[in-house]
Amino acid sequence: MTIRTLAPDQLVAACNELRLAGWRLATIAVTDSELPELRYVFWNTNGPGWQQLRVAPPSPMPEGVRRIPSLTPTIVAADWLEREIEDLFAIDFEGHPRLGDFVLHDSRWEEGVGPMRAGARTQQALVERAWRPRRVLRDEGAFVMPVGPVYSGEAESALFLLETVGEDVVRTVPRLFYKYRGIEKLAQQRSVDDALLLVERANGTSAFAHAWTYCMAAEEILQLAVPDRALRLRTIFAEVERIRRHIAVLRAIVDSTALWVPAARLLELEEHLLRMCGDLTGHRYLFGFTVIGGLQRDVNDEALTRGVARMKAIVGSVRSIVVQLERTSSFLDRIQRVGILSPERAHEFGVVGPFARASRVAYDLRRIQPYGAYQDAAFEPPTASEGDGYARLRVLAEEIAISLSIVEQLERDLRPGPVRVEWTPSAGEALAWCEAPAGATVQLLRLNDEGRCTLLRFTPPSFRNWQSFRWVTEDFAFQDFPIILATCGLSVAENDR
Amino acid sequence: MSWFVRGILGGIHTMRRAVRAESAPGTTPGLPTSVSPATAEQRALEAICPTNAIVAEDGGVRVREERCVHCMRCSPAVTAASLPWRDDVAWVRGARREIDEAALRGAFRRSIHVRVVDAGDCGSCLSELTHLNDPLYNMHRLGIFVTPTPRQADVLVVVGPVTEQMRSALLEAYDAMPEPKRVLAIGACASSGGVFGPSFTSAAGAGDVVPVDAVLPGCPPPPLAILDALLALTGDRTR
Repeated sequence: MTIRTLAPDQLVAACNELRLAGWRLATIAVTDSELPELRYVFWNTNGPGWQQLRVAPPSPMPEGVRRIPSLTPTIVAADWLEREIEDLFAIDFEGHPRLGDFVLHDSRWEEGVGPMRAGARTQQALVERAWRPRRVLRDEGAFVMPVGPVYSGEAESALFLLETVGEDVVRTVPRLFYKYRGIEKLAQQRSVDDALLLVERANGTSAFAHAWTYCMAAEEILQLAVPDRALRLRTIFAEVERIRRHIAVLRAIVDSTALWVPAARLLELEEHLLRMCGDLTGHRYLFGFTVIGGLQRDVNDEALTRGVARMKAIVGSVRSIVVQLERTSSFLDRIQRVGILSPERAHEFGVVGPFARASRVAYDLRRIQPYGAYQDAAFEPPTASEGDGYARLRVLAEEIAISLSIVEQLERDLRPGPVRVEWTPSAGEALAWCEAPAGATVQLLRLNDEGRCTLLRFTPPSFRNWQSFRWVTEDFAFQDFPIILATCGLSVAENDR
Repeated sequence: MSWFVRGILGGIHTMRRAVRAESAPGTTPGLPTSVSPATAEQRALEAICPTNAIVAEDGGVRVREERCVHCMRCSPAVTAASLPWRDDVAWVRGARREIDEAALRGAFRRSIHVRVVDAGDCGSCLSELTHLNDPLYNMHRLGIFVTPTPRQADVLVVVGPVTEQMRSALLEAYDAMPEPKRVLAIGACASSGGVFGPSFTSAAGAGDVVPVDAVLPGCPPPPLAILDALLALTGDRTR
């Protein structure tokens, strides 16, 4: 990885240069030292490669605020990252269009707490204040319809402010982070093994992908060579998780259009996958399966072969349901031409994963920045270009078939061998990435020589994708809202961390 | 062929046995259990348990089930010095006193309406709750319904450690429920704070914010354990 250190006034020009050369902003990390350093992490879309730009912000202003030029006017994908850092580290981004009330809600937290800073006082910072949404739309009869934070059956907690003049919703502003658990901060006080448990529980439905990313970062710091069998099994189960999560999203889409029969069938098929994971790895959501140095337990080869055969049947059933859905005109009417994300917007906002691939942004870290055992499998990630709900459904369905083919290819050459190596603590810093079910996830990890985590920067795909959500939910009919939400397949827990 | 006809032709997929008798592979991750007397190796597990669920005392090992997050470090599949793991699903227990099944039966008869509040859940407890709609489990046949409004809810199900920013929403949902009402904390987070709480962002579970009647351990508890817990609140766990 190339690392360059810059002065604050060179930052925007240097980032723009990278953007024009086909590099994409992955995350912005802040080191938690006396003089915090900002790290702008980019990855190359033209071939393997990562780059870090490091900038030390100038010393605090008289009022204790640190100020740095904002990247958002140049690279829109930096918008939420900067808002997050402003809230958590109390660093001011000069020229940012809108800061404040983001991760830390103004109704609950004092201004300028910066809980992620070293020595920040967090206990006395809680307040109880009334909060009113900002209303932008000023048409006659316009009003804001709030949905959430507690709504619907088993929905995740989030607030959506629908600005409407009646039936038609003009725009939607999501207010998230009700579920902010502060994983990045909590990890700092824990051992490298225990911080893994936090990352795993950032999003329980993509737990394995995030846990694996964390393990890859730790293993690079500790210079561990993970046994081949563990590498292959990790890749296999990452794909199993992807299949399961994609089936869950398909189910949510079908459910939102009130087609109960296929919804129930998909739920049942997902349950069969959960049982398969539980049977093979001990946990239905693969918790505790991957650990630093490999896997906590081996998988029985015969049981795995049986599992893959069972999975093939499950994927076949999903396929036939999707084929039937594509012949159900009342279903297509609900998802076609709703929730459109244009390829330009998808690119501009740094949208990732199947959500982006449905808008012709084809980046897939499994292909572009290979890791695990993906170079041993032949596959091509699918794309679509309409960027509507139907395009997203098709991409999900195709990815399920591709994941199955990856599993079959890797399972064929699985050799017996150890699945875990021992390790001793050592200090260092490393970046790791992974194509989680919802898209690219990036983690920057630093360990000390006692085996404790001292820095964790964790930018999950849902955080990237929620940023574009307000552009997906512009000018639509109110009854389409649950459908648009379902087709996006966004996780609140993963975003809020 | 219409979806309706396809649904009919698909036949009945629902489990035939009672909730507590179902034992298909992969339906439950299991839970570590207390042993007495315990070996020195078993007692040493106290040090590797990330959430202090394992306590070595009086020559034995006591497991505080509500704290277990299924890290698997004490599982027989992982280590020789393991604790015995139970593979049943009857994990629910009273938070303040033993669940008085007879007393609850009078209040709820056989049908209950449940309002689920996500107070910082990672998504896995919610996913398992969603699976109660699964034809395999089908909670409706047991008279359990999820309602979107707390005004019609008999049972408040809380998942997640209760983050500071969800605290008031949870309280409002609880206050909006009519009496008699019960609160069930589902999962390690809601039962004890799990890996997250107590911390600067989270409480140590639902019990810190609302009066909890019953806690269901597990990270996440499987659908069968959730069904069993809800049936316990209706006063009939034999179904």
